[in-house]
Amino acid sequence: MSILDKHATLERNATLLLVGSLLVVSIGGIVEIAPLFYLENTIEKVEGMRPYSPLELAGRDIYVREGCYVCHSQMIRPFRDEVERYGHYSLAAESMYDHPFQWGSKRTGPDLARVGDRYSNEWHVQHMIEPRSVVPESVMPSYGFLKDTPLDVRNVAAALKANSAVGVPYTDEMIENAAADIKAQADPNADTSGVEARYPKAKLGDFDGDPQKLTEMDALVAYLQMLGTLVDFSTYDDTTGYR
Amino acid sequence: MADKHVDEISGVETTGHEWDGIRELNNPMPRWWVYTFYATIIWSIGYMVVYPAVPLLTDATKGVIGYSSRAELSAELADAKTAQAGNLEKIAASSLDQIIADPQLHQFAVAAGASAFKGNCAPGPGSGAAGSAGFPHLNDDDRLWGGKPEEIYQTVAHGIRYTGDDDTRVSEMPSFAEILQPEEIKQTAAYVVSLTGTPSDAALVEPGKALFEANCASCHGADAKGNREFGAPDLADALWLNGDSEQAIVAQMKAPKHGVMPAWLPRLGDTTVKQLAVFVHSLGGGE
Repeated sequence: MSILDKHATLERNATLLLVGSLLVVSIGGIVEIAPLFYLENTIEKVEGMRPYSPLELAGRDIYVREGCYVCHSQMIRPFRDEVERYGHYSLAAESMYDHPFQWGSKRTGPDLARVGDRYSNEWHVQHMIEPRSVVPESVMPSYGFLKDTPLDVRNVAAALKANSAVGVPYTDEMIENAAADIKAQADPNADTSGVEARYPKAKLGDFDGDPQKLTEMDALVAYLQMLGTLVDFSTYDDTTGYR
Repeated sequence: MADKHVDEISGVETTGHEWDGIRELNNPMPRWWVYTFYATIIWSIGYMVVYPAVPLLTDATKGVIGYSSRAELSAELADAKTAQAGNLEKIAASSLDQIIADPQLHQFAVAAGASAFKGNCAPGPGSGAAGSAGFPHLNDDDRLWGGKPEEIYQTVAHGIRYTGDDDTRVSEMPSFAEILQPEEIKQTAAYVVSLTGTPSDAALVEPGKALFEANCASCHGADAKGNREFGAPDLADALWLNGDSEQAIVAQMKAPKHGVMPAWLPRLGDTTVKQLAVFVHSLGGGE
């Protein structure tokens, strides 16, 4: 009975109860969360990952702004049906530069973790303008206005800086060249050697069908077209990270 | 507890608190509930032993059965492969014509190709392969780049105007906005329409024919039946990729649309691309 008597003291003293609860919750939290930061199979490094190029990052911001994540997840789970439909299951490292990540458990539309390179730019543009013209059964709203909205590039360097503040390894060189890179990536006539050197595997050229203008459609399609394409799975050994 | 108190009416002990003369009975939890609760605790201990659970310094405990979701997946995929093994190997080793000639193998390849088509290709030509504006109808015998199995394989494997593949199919219709006068473009479009329909102004057809022969025939052919070597569509049939109206034809002449199809060989592998080619071949054309 003595221990239960002590519990009565705890229950009758608000501050003590608060401190006690905090202690219990912290222990639970530390046991469940802390190991994820050091266990080798949860912090697996994968070759090929790089921070988003300025244009892709801008596209990602539009993706988040428009709430695409409400219907589309970016997380292929390790199940046969998903792997056969979408491709190799997602690796944690593939969203290491995502702030916030775009995982999810609800799909109204298909998973987009590996949508990159699956369809042509033209398909994406037409699908954004009138989804039912290419997928009759689709319930996706139209995002045609993206093609008419010029991309706001004023804060691109600041966006990179903000990401580097939360741990994305943008170098000073990347931040300095951000304003030039965001335009060069979507311009078929630009010198893209800088973009290619800084952001390997970046998709280049006009995305929205109008090379003259840099629109939000350019940015979003550039982002979609790189999703899931960075890691070369022909060289990835998935048995090392069995979990 | 110090202030033990038993309720007189029910004979049950109370919690010991009193609010304005009201006391709370301290009935015990039902036995079945308590034992279920203890059972879950025991179950959780067993679970921790059997499955990966406890985080240690560099790794977590593996659990007695060594379960891993990734290992389970690769076992499942391997099982699926084994179940199809005879067929997959035969497809890998056979030419497309051999697959089509073997009824059993053909049936398997069509079914597997249909499934791959739904998963990967449906957003372009549609899940029924019926096409839409800018995306070709695959159920008919009108093929832009050829309808023979090997030609379909080539298209699926390497794509069309796809920048990441050196073997991709390439052709580019020039923009006639800088070559012809607006009036001449209208005449040419009227002639093209006249091949299968009624042009808006019959007087435009005659000069249009001459313009067509001078400018378009090199790719689309003098008879306008197209040339699959360049992916130049047949203009003398009623099937249209980008619309059959004169306006649509004028728009295509001024600012040609060039459809792009990705290369699927790197993503899906040879066997699946073969199955896709056999499936698409089975849809129509019979070449």
